[in-house]
Amino acid sequence: MERRTIFGQRLLPVILVAPQFLLTLIFFLWPACQAIWSSMTRQDPFGLHSQFAGLDNFVELFTDPLYRASIGRTVFFMAAVSALSMSLALLLAVFADREIRGRTIYRTLLIWPYAIAPAMAAVLWIVLLQPQVGILAAWLSRHGIAWDYHLNDTQAMLMIVLACAWKQVSYNFIFFLAGLQSIPRTVLEAARMDGARGWHRFRTITFPLLAPTSFFLLVVNLVYAAFDTFGTIQALTQGGPGKATETLVVKVYRDGVVNLDIGSSSAQSVVLMIGVIGLTALQFRFLGRRQLT
Amino acid sequence: MNDHRDPVAHVVLVLGAILFVAPLWLVFVGSTQDSAAIARGDLSVLPGNEGFGVYAGVLAGPVPRMLLISLGMALAIAIGKIVISILSAFAVVFFRFPGRHVAFWLIFITLMLPVEVRIIPTYSVMSDLGLINTFTGLWLPLIASATATLLFRQIFVAIPDELVEAARMDGAGPLRFLWDIVIPVSGANIAALFVILFIYGWNQYLWPLLVATNPNLDTIVIGIVKMIAVETQTDWSAVMATAMLALLPPVVVVVVMQRWFVSGLTEGEK
Repeated sequence: MERRTIFGQRLLPVILVAPQFLLTLIFFLWPACQAIWSSMTRQDPFGLHSQFAGLDNFVELFTDPLYRASIGRTVFFMAAVSALSMSLALLLAVFADREIRGRTIYRTLLIWPYAIAPAMAAVLWIVLLQPQVGILAAWLSRHGIAWDYHLNDTQAMLMIVLACAWKQVSYNFIFFLAGLQSIPRTVLEAARMDGARGWHRFRTITFPLLAPTSFFLLVVNLVYAAFDTFGTIQALTQGGPGKATETLVVKVYRDGVVNLDIGSSSAQSVVLMIGVIGLTALQFRFLGRRQLT
Repeated sequence: MNDHRDPVAHVVLVLGAILFVAPLWLVFVGSTQDSAAIARGDLSVLPGNEGFGVYAGVLAGPVPRMLLISLGMALAIAIGKIVISILSAFAVVFFRFPGRHVAFWLIFITLMLPVEVRIIPTYSVMSDLGLINTFTGLWLPLIASATATLLFRQIFVAIPDELVEAARMDGAGPLRFLWDIVIPVSGANIAALFVILFIYGWNQYLWPLLVATNPNLDTIVIGIVKMIAVETQTDWSAVMATAMLALLPPVVVVVVMQRWFVSGLTEGEK
């Protein structure tokens, strides 16, 4: 970390680091401190007086069955999105790693969806499954299945899981493919000499060697499912019907921006911060890896 | 392994490609069809009769402005993040100054505070600074970047001491050294990061939703979500034409710069 040769100036580095430092202070640390402060205060409905309330907001939050339901829903959603997205990406990466004709084209066709915004993924799934417009929805209704994720809780959850997992496949594919390509060919050759083939070779050789990539992706996917899916959910269901697809981030948005309940939404923000800090710590501690952007 | 005829692989990969290309195809053909027919559930899998007429209609409305806002925001975020991250990483690696470690750790903490967890307080800071409903408000707060700073730090640390020494012998000051050596050496990483950050900027949704309520500042992504939020009377072919236009720039950037961006994305992870 320490260099031998360094420049001697004292003022210049401070000027160089200042923009980043000031932006961090103004737009990250200051709001975070405010969130912690207002999570421990109680405001009257007009916002004229606020008074210190200690951990009351948190106690209220965790005794609220709606909030606990939202936690459970979010955990399920995160697990479903991560599992679905990662397993599909791994399957595709294993086959795209083979030396077959046209593999460059296959790779491009699987990588381009990286460019899709979460909110745009919603539009692409609307043409498939929106009850009036969707081409698969029409097929379902011809076969006697009443499909409408605006009305049915389970279908709404299924819809956002599918759309959010679909959007993340290309990211996972890129990393799994890179992971597979970094496995030395000699290791695979040696396994082949020993008679390990197909599924057996994948399970005993390839998969264990992919473990670091998989752990890294798992953390990234959990963070993605918890936070970056807001656009998809907002565009498809707005958290509805009722609260069927209201994840924790959607709830903060609804309570804070729509219903203006500052105390509760600040407490929720603090809970989310602790969640992110936990996940980031996990990422660094056990993996020593970073996620871009 | 070296068998070029591998039918299972082709079947799996073709199905996978269809899963991702089919929705895009449907959006494209939808953009060339009659809106009322789509609303009735008669979306055809083949291009319709409207040709590019719908695009002409869409481009006569607010869509070009939205595309411009998105482009401006994506470029400002990508360039802004890269510039301030290079500067701060350069300061941290090549200088000793008081508070160096404190500054580094404070920047590092931003990693743990995504917009989503500080929705309300960030809004109040933005309004105190008069940045609500301004173009500056769309990009400036998003350009602080711990990950980009960490990435550049890692690259700069790997620059050999001999190179720094040689530059000093030639009488180059730190800024000259930064411009003539450090930045060219990191060229490939900057290109890769640019792609990733451009996509990140173009795809923002929650941030513009919070800080810009003025329709004149709607990004293209915000615009689309507003168009589909109208449950009745949605002009579906216009939605799909707009979606195609919104997808085009980031998809082109990813496909054209695929090689750089893929290695840049995965490189830091090894």
